[in-house]
Amino acid sequence: MLNGYGDVILEGVGLTLQLALSSMALAIVLGLLGAAFRLSPIRPLAWLGELYSTVIRGIPDLVLILLIFYGGQDVINRVAPLLGYDDYIDLNPLLTGVFTLGFIFGAYLSETFRGAFMGIPKGQMEAGLAYGMSSVQIFFRVLVPQMIRLAIPGFTNNWLVLTKATALISVVGLQDMMFKAKQAADATRQPFTFYLAVAVLYLVITSVSLLLLKWLERCYSVGVRAAEL
Amino acid sequence: MIFDYTVIQANLPLYLSGLLETLKLLGISLLLGLLVALPLALMRVSSRRWVSGLAWLYTYVIRGTPMLVQLFLIYYGLAQFAAVRESVLWPMLSNATFCACLAFAINTSAYTAEIIAGSLRSTPHGEIEAARAMGMSRSLMYRRILLPSALRRALPQYSNEVIMMLQTTSLASIVTLMDLTGAARTVNAQYYLPFEAYITVGVIYLCITLVFVRLFKLAERRWLAYLSPRKG
Repeated sequence: MLNGYGDVILEGVGLTLQLALSSMALAIVLGLLGAAFRLSPIRPLAWLGELYSTVIRGIPDLVLILLIFYGGQDVINRVAPLLGYDDYIDLNPLLTGVFTLGFIFGAYLSETFRGAFMGIPKGQMEAGLAYGMSSVQIFFRVLVPQMIRLAIPGFTNNWLVLTKATALISVVGLQDMMFKAKQAADATRQPFTFYLAVAVLYLVITSVSLLLLKWLERCYSVGVRAAEL
Repeated sequence: MIFDYTVIQANLPLYLSGLLETLKLLGISLLLGLLVALPLALMRVSSRRWVSGLAWLYTYVIRGTPMLVQLFLIYYGLAQFAAVRESVLWPMLSNATFCACLAFAINTSAYTAEIIAGSLRSTPHGEIEAARAMGMSRSLMYRRILLPSALRRALPQYSNEVIMMLQTTSLASIVTLMDLTGAARTVNAQYYLPFEAYITVGVIYLCITLVFVRLFKLAERRWLAYLSPRKG
């Protein structure tokens, strides 16, 4: 299939999915942290959360990716000799990619989560307090389970954008399906064929995710009546 | 690590021309995108299944694939076909600026069409009934009632789309264009100063974003004043 390059590209699909899922996991952690910061009554924490989400969302992903890849490489190779390690260190593209995308999309998710937390009626928290729960218990037992339902539409959006943004990591050398397609395109001089194949693969990934997240949303909305207009 | 900002100062003209290139790419693609998005949105809300289905397919495919793939398909991909290389359009299609604008315009048209279609669908039913009761024809109703109000209500979401597009134009640097990101990549490649080069450009993007946010706030105050909550 595809002049024998089909398998090569399919290999890249695994890496793309691995990158997308791992960075989403990191982004969820950072997003929850960011949302908790932004909603915190402690002023400096709220500012810090605000700074994180505004700055990261105001700068193009590509610029942040280039900054972290080249800047990170620079820093590591300046710090390593000080620690007695003299070889030149190459950053692992997958690891750095996960860190970069997780960091970027944590900012977007913190917005999604913040909106979802604010959509929970205040009485829920007060009821938790009345039961004598600590604020950490209220956060994980009362707020988070209800927040998920409200966050799913925004989360779906963030996930789709993240999946598509993984293609950018190929620019800095991760051998994901985009990178493999570029190699195949250069070797066979059939760029249209290979980029189209990759486009179809991305479309399959986004379509499957859409279906799965729709199903998840239905699961979490059991017992909630939709507004009838 | 000591920041060396003399290099950035020396390369300020490069950044400035990059800024102009970025704004040019953004302006052209937004304008073209909006022109395509309007009829597309009307198709999307059409009651004829195949018309709305066609528009749905277009926006679904464009929104479901990465911008980078679309850009590569147009810039590198089209050259695969001899028919394209021999056509009258080839001088344009082999030009990186043209391809970038085309790819960006196609991309934003899909997102904008969905925004406008959503806005059209949320038109209060009474307005449509009133227009019908006045004996307006379909086109007159669209021109006088539906579009003016839907386009206004689309403004907050469209401002997000404009900012996303600003960020998307950074991909132009991958196809050799010298936009803001391209300028930063050149500086980094010449002097190997990643922090100075990219942080500078990040700050410039952030400033443009904040200016756009402000401008859209003003626009909303001008055109959406009738929807804002009354101030005491």
